[in-house]
Amino acid sequence: MLLSVRNLHARIGDKEILKGINLELKPGEVHAIMGPNGSGKSTLSQVLAGRETYKVTQGEVLFDGKDLLALSPEARATAGVFLAFQYPVEIPGVGNLHFLRTALNAQRRSQGKEELDAMDFLALAKERMKAVQMDQGFLNRSVNEGFSGGEKKRNEVFQMSVLQPRLAILDETDSGLDIDALRIVAGGVNALRSPERGMLVITHYQRLLDYIVPDHVHVMAGGRIVMSGGKELALELEKKGYAWVEKLGPAAAREARP
Amino acid sequence: MSTETIQDFTRRQYQAGFVTAVESDTLPPGLSEDVVRIISAKKGEPEFLLEWRLKAYRHWLTMKEPRWQKVQYHPIDYQAIRYYSAPKQKPKLESLDQVDPEILRTYAKLGIPLEEQKLMQNVAVDAVFDSVSVATTFKDKLAKAGVIFCSFSEAVREHPELIKKYLGSVVPYSDNFFAALNSAVFSDGSFCYVPKGVRCPMELSTYFRINAADTGQFERTLIVAEEGSTVSYLEGCTAPMRDTNQLHAAVVELVALDGANIKYSTVQNWYPGDAEGRGGIYNFVTKRGIAHARAKISWTQVETGSAITWKYPSVILKGDDSVGEFYSVALANHRQQADTGTKMVHIGRNTRSTIVSKGISAGHGQNTYRGLVKVLKNAEGARNYTQCDSLLLGDKCGAHTLPYIEVKNASAQVEHEASTSKIGEDQLFYCQQRGISKEDAVSMIVNGFCRQVFKELPMEFAVEAQKLLGVSLEGSVG
Repeated sequence: MLLSVRNLHARIGDKEILKGINLELKPGEVHAIMGPNGSGKSTLSQVLAGRETYKVTQGEVLFDGKDLLALSPEARATAGVFLAFQYPVEIPGVGNLHFLRTALNAQRRSQGKEELDAMDFLALAKERMKAVQMDQGFLNRSVNEGFSGGEKKRNEVFQMSVLQPRLAILDETDSGLDIDALRIVAGGVNALRSPERGMLVITHYQRLLDYIVPDHVHVMAGGRIVMSGGKELALELEKKGYAWVEKLGPAAAREARP
Repeated sequence: MSTETIQDFTRRQYQAGFVTAVESDTLPPGLSEDVVRIISAKKGEPEFLLEWRLKAYRHWLTMKEPRWQKVQYHPIDYQAIRYYSAPKQKPKLESLDQVDPEILRTYAKLGIPLEEQKLMQNVAVDAVFDSVSVATTFKDKLAKAGVIFCSFSEAVREHPELIKKYLGSVVPYSDNFFAALNSAVFSDGSFCYVPKGVRCPMELSTYFRINAADTGQFERTLIVAEEGSTVSYLEGCTAPMRDTNQLHAAVVELVALDGANIKYSTVQNWYPGDAEGRGGIYNFVTKRGIAHARAKISWTQVETGSAITWKYPSVILKGDDSVGEFYSVALANHRQQADTGTKMVHIGRNTRSTIVSKGISAGHGQNTYRGLVKVLKNAEGARNYTQCDSLLLGDKCGAHTLPYIEVKNASAQVEHEASTSKIGEDQLFYCQQRGISKEDAVSMIVNGFCRQVFKELPMEFAVEAQKLLGVSLEGSVG
């Protein structure tokens, strides 16, 4: 098992947001997590990545059988957890390429591998950016500064393809994308699907799952997974709307609304 | 950011804080006309210079210490300061072999070997230890190009006519309280003269080191660039860690004649005091340049040290089409205070000035940008662009921006942009999520913030400045 989430509870301040999440993800699998706004989808991604704002109060998360929650965010990254952010931040004055090389080499150092020098890294970056159809101008711009919404998301997928994580968590990577950008981003993600890599695709809409076809679909409401199924579940959900979930899990769905 | 990390980051140790055991010729504390005379006599100065010093001293007695700056410190007891300290040595140095090996070791330890064979290619260094210049490197090579680069004392001996002509021509002794004090008691410094049309073949650099206790350092730097000449000059500064404050009141004068180009860079790393604010250097400095027609003066400063940094490197844009630039990174960490900025005085027509100021505040640091852009009546077509950015690390520090703009010519264009930002938890988390440690992330974000200024520094020093900033900020994320 690549990722095992067991009875995970987490809160921000005194508000409990995750109320017992259970999830098992094998290498090579793509799981989609869907759910209405406020159901806790994004919180789950942040908690897995180690955001300190959220406090885990119960449960455990095993990554490759090891306690993920004991690790710092950077150690999780080095272990192979990658989060494609819903809102990638801007870092003025820090070149995109410099940032990514620093990240890759930090990970390589921690893994006891040799660092890549500037030339080798540039070659790698140029090769990987093709997948998301980014031009080289991107490399020298500051991290996400002045990027359009679509460019930011492409940059996330580009970073992912350079860092080659074992578990990729995509937090609403489709939000704010037009159909062309969505296709490019999804193409980049699909190129990274592999038997060793797991993916957790968080989305509000079924649309993304037309392009990134999941093996499993989970529906979250009120801080819990209220339904799981195959890819057809997403279509059913699209047809019936989230109100359907509310009917199925009225208690859970109601709690989701503040 | 978690307060913890910010604090760890700011707590890095000052790395130049050692003391050199060297015998010194030091005057007892205190200031009087006699002290001024003794200093002048020790240096074997001509009469005109003694007279100038005495005029400055007498004028100083009539002045009051300024209090308008946004910094706080205990009153300075000017009678408790020693105004002269020189390492004992043979009266005149013919070569580096005669420099006290302890002093050579000090500079080597600071990463500035003075033996020429070990020197950075293309950088000539003048090393000032306490009050006197102990060594100037690459003199011969410079002489071939006609460039004079030597200690101020030597310039007084060898080129009195130049000193007489230019000393006080940009910063008169009556300019301000600390400039007057400096004019009375200055003991050494650097002098540079670049003849007409000459492009100085290497970077010039002065390295200032305060060693003795309770000593003030009062050096003067004078750079004269003749018509159409070009020179790039860098100064660096360090001092031992001591728990009393020491005064550094320097004066720098730049003269850029028609079409000349002077680039003056500073990496200032005086001892900043400890985390509680004990000790550290009071860095009260007057720096000013005068740019004649088509001349360009560019100040770049990276101010990471000193308990208090208080200075405004300025440009008088006297000639038509002259250009002034000011690029600054000022860091105030722990209890450090910085009140720094620039003055751009547009006198000539079509004069242009650019100001880029980056203030970083961490710990309990207080950082103030204070800048004056003055466009006089005849400065037809004058243009200024000012950009002031402040970065806050933690929630106990402060950033203040005080721009003064006086425009007397309607054709002038003056732009001012300012921003204040905090290193956000989301920026740090983003870096960490990619595998970068919090400390490295802070360093990277801060360096990104300063990039516009660092790129103005000569290559060798940009790297040094980045490292210095990293060290000075360690432990300050939160």
